[in-house]
Amino acid sequence: MTEGIGARVKRTEDRRFITGKGKYTDDIRMENQAYAAFVRSPHAHAKVTGIDRSAAEAMEGVVAVLDGHQLTGDGIGNIICGWAITSKDGSAMNMGAWSALATDRVRYVGDAVAVVIADTAAQARLAAEAVEVEYEELPAVTNAEKALAEGAPQLHDNAPGNLIYDWEIGEEAATDEALAGAAHVTELPIVNNRVSPNAMEPRSAVAIYDEADEHYTLYTTSQNPHVARLVLSAFYNVAPEHKLRVVAPDVGGGFGSKIYIYPEEITCLWASMKTGRSVKWTSTRSEAFMTDAHGRDHVSKARIGFDTEGKIVGLKVDTIANFGAYMSLFSSAVPTYLYATLLSGQYDIQNIHCNVRAVYTNTVPVDAYRGAGRPEACYLVERLMETAAREMGADPAELRRKNFITEFPHQTPVIMNYDSGDFHGNLDKAMAAADVAGFDERRKEAAARGKLRGLGYSCYIEACGIAPSAAVGSLGAGVGLWESAEVRVNPVGTIEVLTGSHSHGQGHETTFAQVVADRFGVPLNSVSIVHGDTDKVQFGMGTYGSRSGAVGLSAISRAMDKVEAKVKKIAAHTLEAAEDDIVIEGGEVKVAGTDRKMAWHEVGLAAYTGHNLPPDMEPGLKEGAFYDPVNFTFPAGAYICEVEVDPDTGVTEIVQFTAADDFGTIINPMIVEGQVHGGVAQGIGQALLENVVYDDAGQLLTGSYMDYAMPRAWDTPFYTLEHNTTVCPNNPLGLKGCGEAGAIGAPPAVINAITDAIGDNDLQMPATPQKVWRMIQATQTPIAAE
Amino acid sequence: MTNVNLTVNGKPVRRDVPDTTLLSDFLREDLRLTGTHVGCDTSQCGACVVHVNGKAVKSCTALAVSLDGAEVTTIEGVAQGRELHPMQAAFNDHHALQCGFCTPGMIMSGIDMVNRYRAAGKDLDAETIRHELEGNICRCTGYHNIVRAIEDAAARIQGADAPAHAAE
Ligand code: FES
Ligand code: FES
Repeated sequence: MTEGIGARVKRTEDRRFITGKGKYTDDIRMENQAYAAFVRSPHAHAKVTGIDRSAAEAMEGVVAVLDGHQLTGDGIGNIICGWAITSKDGSAMNMGAWSALATDRVRYVGDAVAVVIADTAAQARLAAEAVEVEYEELPAVTNAEKALAEGAPQLHDNAPGNLIYDWEIGEEAATDEALAGAAHVTELPIVNNRVSPNAMEPRSAVAIYDEADEHYTLYTTSQNPHVARLVLSAFYNVAPEHKLRVVAPDVGGGFGSKIYIYPEEITCLWASMKTGRSVKWTSTRSEAFMTDAHGRDHVSKARIGFDTEGKIVGLKVDTIANFGAYMSLFSSAVPTYLYATLLSGQYDIQNIHCNVRAVYTNTVPVDAYRGAGRPEACYLVERLMETAAREMGADPAELRRKNFITEFPHQTPVIMNYDSGDFHGNLDKAMAAADVAGFDERRKEAAARGKLRGLGYSCYIEACGIAPSAAVGSLGAGVGLWESAEVRVNPVGTIEVLTGSHSHGQGHETTFAQVVADRFGVPLNSVSIVHGDTDKVQFGMGTYGSRSGAVGLSAISRAMDKVEAKVKKIAAHTLEAAEDDIVIEGGEVKVAGTDRKMAWHEVGLAAYTGHNLPPDMEPGLKEGAFYDPVNFTFPAGAYICEVEVDPDTGVTEIVQFTAADDFGTIINPMIVEGQVHGGVAQGIGQALLENVVYDDAGQLLTGSYMDYAMPRAWDTPFYTLEHNTTVCPNNPLGLKGCGEAGAIGAPPAVINAITDAIGDNDLQMPATPQKVWRMIQATQTPIAAE
Repeated sequence: MTNVNLTVNGKPVRRDVPDTTLLSDFLREDLRLTGTHVGCDTSQCGACVVHVNGKAVKSCTALAVSLDGAEVTTIEGVAQGRELHPMQAAFNDHHALQCGFCTPGMIMSGIDMVNRYRAAGKDLDAETIRHELEGNICRCTGYHNIVRAIEDAAARIQGADAPAHAAE
């Protein structure tokens, strides 16, 4: 089948994007549109002692100036974190209050204190500058380790010492004992640098209040409109769910940053009720750097021990995670169940212990960013493996192979139960494609040109398809993580699929349609995918954690099972055959082994005319399903990066990047490759370029593309991709997920390659030319002064 | 307010605009041509690239009032009716877009690049394309397929030139 599962079908959604006809939130303009501009704190930490609105209120076009006292006075609830983590002493996590508009205290630069609503965006911006806020500055802290220290500035009264939780996983005593008896122990300090997600479309919201029906509509840049509605309704008290519609139209990338419900969306909805106007807000890039949830920011100490044979005996990790000023929606889960549970990597490790302290600082809240916890785990494990191999004089590939898990299912000591995989096969494919055998020659040739050439590995594993609802519920999640779908066959036989997944670049309109076309043998262009609107789709948990395939498509698959069953009943009745003899093939519904058949659309029509249906059958042909996964899925792969470092400048060039991935079943290889390309580029960005920097006073130094280095075309190579598929045994289509792999697997491969090139393992991301140049200078034997 | 006359996608446009209005805002808000995107406020992302008098310009860096008499082409004006421009077709063929937000700017930069290299009789290889894309950021694609698409479109456009040369 040229359009079904496995086909490189070109994307059907492309046409509107390449002709400029995409419909993003900022493209929407309502009648009588008003615009919001936020008054934001210039201080990292301060008391708000007064707000003078009079000058702003008198300005041209200003409709209203609203502050946090009015917002909380109207009963708008505090922003919550939806995953409860329990500290090792049994105490609950310390969640500080976060109001959409601050009332008496601001805790990071950019914290919103008031909003101006005006007739034009320019008027709103001008008036926002005229709102006079009186602050009483407080000392600030931006570094997580410093925030934990005695005497550090305190952010929230209910979080003494700025500690949110002190959590552990695994057996500490057994791990200590194993490490004490190890023949070799490798120890590394590991910093996972703070990055800014930078979806190219800035966040945006258009809120509309209909007074007659007391009904709200929110168009917004969301990866999960139903979750937004749920939270806005159940926790922020904006409106009950049946009076609130959330639409996420075309969304220009998310990478995690558009999962959360931010102060601005809450405020716009509330302000539209207050003013009786539709209220629109679109973030500038500067605001995005200041307010979009950041990613990563872990500081860890890690020790891994080996026996004399090179087998791992234990791994002990101590991590401090910087959460910023408030707990964002999924923040608490990231350095715990999405991070520490992956510390076994691809290796058979009997003893693992990890301690995690989550800490408040005067910085932007930190939450899930492409990979969310798994990149931090992979980076730590793979830096350790490469470094250990070098210290022990072992081949890094061989050391990994010696420790690979080869039998499935495999229960790790940190919760996860790996269901399938072929780690040797992945590495074989990557090594062949990267021509590892020829590396020594290439290194010599580079040396002759004065370049330092290095090669680094990364064998990553991640957990996707989040997640079994009962399991995550027992671990503290406030929601179930199933997915829902509805398959509607119309009377003319065309098919609409309504899905709770949301596409913001992933190409669902094409891949989901491929799966349906494959199943019923209908042409791709007779299938359309509907998503992103709570008025249309029954429910959905949205798209993040590479879950759209493994969970979203599984729900569609279940709904198709029900459609298929009904189609067979109708056909059996009409064709006077046994249901078991009916087959659906090539757009026809046939009695196997005979020439009796109905065209697909004839079955659709029969279902809706209801003239001749089996007794007791309801008319119509529309089925829904809620699919709850039975386990996580475990994409895994082997990445090999080859770099050349210029010792005179410290500049790293990525000369070859090879990725061999096991994503389970692949629906559209072209789209999967695109996901890997983009993920690897983000990983390269984090490894070489990207870094969010605050000064000690809490001012954001990397607030624009002039200071925050995004990977550009010349920073990235052409990628060499391989697939090594083992099918996931736990979902109907055998899917594992591919959206985050690149961002997870790439950073350690890049850093391992650079450390190989320069002969020094003590490198932290981002490997900027200056940093690398200094290291080269330090390791080179000083030339005796002449 | 200043009265400006210009041609946008082949159609004459006359408007009174405040002197501070950026071309990007003029296109998006006054003309409702929302295919031109705004991805930054420091002129570094390239999501807003349009053609002014045949040359690529970041529309967030130009004032609408300075364009009196100019010919502006936006992403909406690139296709000939239903027929896509070869650059647009190549982006689809090579999966050179994911979320589509950077795409209008990428396509406008790509077309400009091909035009300039063609006019100069120079080859547009992958390495050159990567350097030419210095002003365009894409967060989704990792650039691989964008570079391939521009390479291919350049070849298609050169190919279309070939019969013309042969006829000379
Ligand atoms: S919006 Fe013009 S360069 Fe970013
Ligand atoms: S396709 Fe999303 S930014 Fe380029």
